[in-house]
Amino acid sequence: MGIFRFFRSRNEDASAKVAKDRLQVLIAHERSDRSGPDFLPMLRKDILDVIKKYVDVGDDSVSVNVEQQDACDVLELNITLPEENAGNITPSAAARKRAAERRAALSGR
Amino acid sequence: MTKTIVVTSGKGGVGKTTTSASIATGLARRGFKTVVIDFDVGLRNLDLIMGCERRVVYDLVNLVNQESSLHQTLIKDKRLENLYILPASQTRDKDALTIEGIARVMHKLKKAEFDYIICDSPAGIEKGAKMALYFADEAIVTTNPEVSSVRDSDRILGILQSESKRSKMNEDPVKEHLLITRYNPARVKDGQMLSVDDIVDLLAIPLLGIIPESPSVLESSNAGKPVILDDESEAGQAYSDAIDRLLGEAKPHRFMEVQKKGILKRIFG
Ligand SMILES: Nc1ncnc2c1ncn2[C@@H]1O[C@H](COP(=O)(O)OP(=O)(O)OP(=O)(O)O)[C@@H](O)[C@H]1O
Ligand SMILES: [Mg+2]
Repeated sequence: MGIFRFFRSRNEDASAKVAKDRLQVLIAHERSDRSGPDFLPMLRKDILDVIKKYVDVGDDSVSVNVEQQDACDVLELNITLPEENAGNITPSAAARKRAAERRAALSGR
Repeated sequence: MTKTIVVTSGKGGVGKTTTSASIATGLARRGFKTVVIDFDVGLRNLDLIMGCERRVVYDLVNLVNQESSLHQTLIKDKRLENLYILPASQTRDKDALTIEGIARVMHKLKKAEFDYIICDSPAGIEKGAKMALYFADEAIVTTNPEVSSVRDSDRILGILQSESKRSKMNEDPVKEHLLITRYNPARVKDGQMLSVDDIVDLLAIPLLGIIPESPSVLESSNAGKPVILDDESEAGQAYSDAIDRLLGEAKPHRFMEVQKKGILKRIFG
């Protein structure tokens, strides 16, 4: 062990830090999947499929949570759009194709 | 009262069998009548680690199928008076075990007045692992400081909380213990490996112990002698501390820091 390493405190950019951050997100996600009602993962997938029909989003862009607030359960839905699209949502390829087809049909070719 | 403790992890090769052997041996050494059961059907290994591989005649599947008696099937440890090993079978039939069959075995062990039943779980989150944890009162979740191990530990915690007998019967939940094994303080210090704090933070269950990565574990396996019996080794001492904590004693955690090696240690490891 070199003398420099001896004086260096734990490097915050080191890979263990990245590992912890990734795990934090993943574990929270998996816990909410199993703590909520059984259908939550499926609901999440269906919503994701619907969003994808219109907007290009990643597979991790939808989160679905059930939270207890006082006497009622609140279904919380979070959809994150890609950052590069901030303020400028790009329709997905599928949505563009459908729109083109619609326009073509309207103009009678 | 018999206490049933499962040693589980989800991920394979993290040190469940090493831990089961040492925990069972440690409890027996403190005077508790203890049996350690190998649930790894088809991949029997606990017998080797306990050093009784040549004395296996009957196995867990025989016992479950009532082809052998408890007395015939249990292997009495040669070193410790009140320690017994119940080996796994080498059958390829994964469905050889059923909850009902294991319930009968557990009942027999309770009637034989065992203080502790230690269940060495197979890897995975399938039937075999679920069977091993079903009857647990407590669980030792064995985790390596590494992403996939931590994630799998969290998944097995989910299974303990929803598929154990205690959860299904709405009894008090299984008592969870975190055991971090193969810990390498130098690599943690360098930021290459998750630290104890990181893992405790992520999994949020009480820490039973930290077993350092140690060459004496391999030597002990080679000799068929659980590492806890090697009082000189750090891993052996760390397992001994874990026994104290399991029995309710508060003990500070050791082996988290990089050891300054003396000249003798540097030569002999
Ligand atoms: N503290 C340690 N230091 C060094 N090596 C270790 C330590 N703990 C376990 N090992 C080694 O890791 C390997 C796997 O250990 P073990 O068989 O106990 O894991 P396991 O979780 O039971 O595996 P499986 O999932 O296949 O049943 C073995 O070679 C063992 O010697
Ligand atoms: Mg094993």
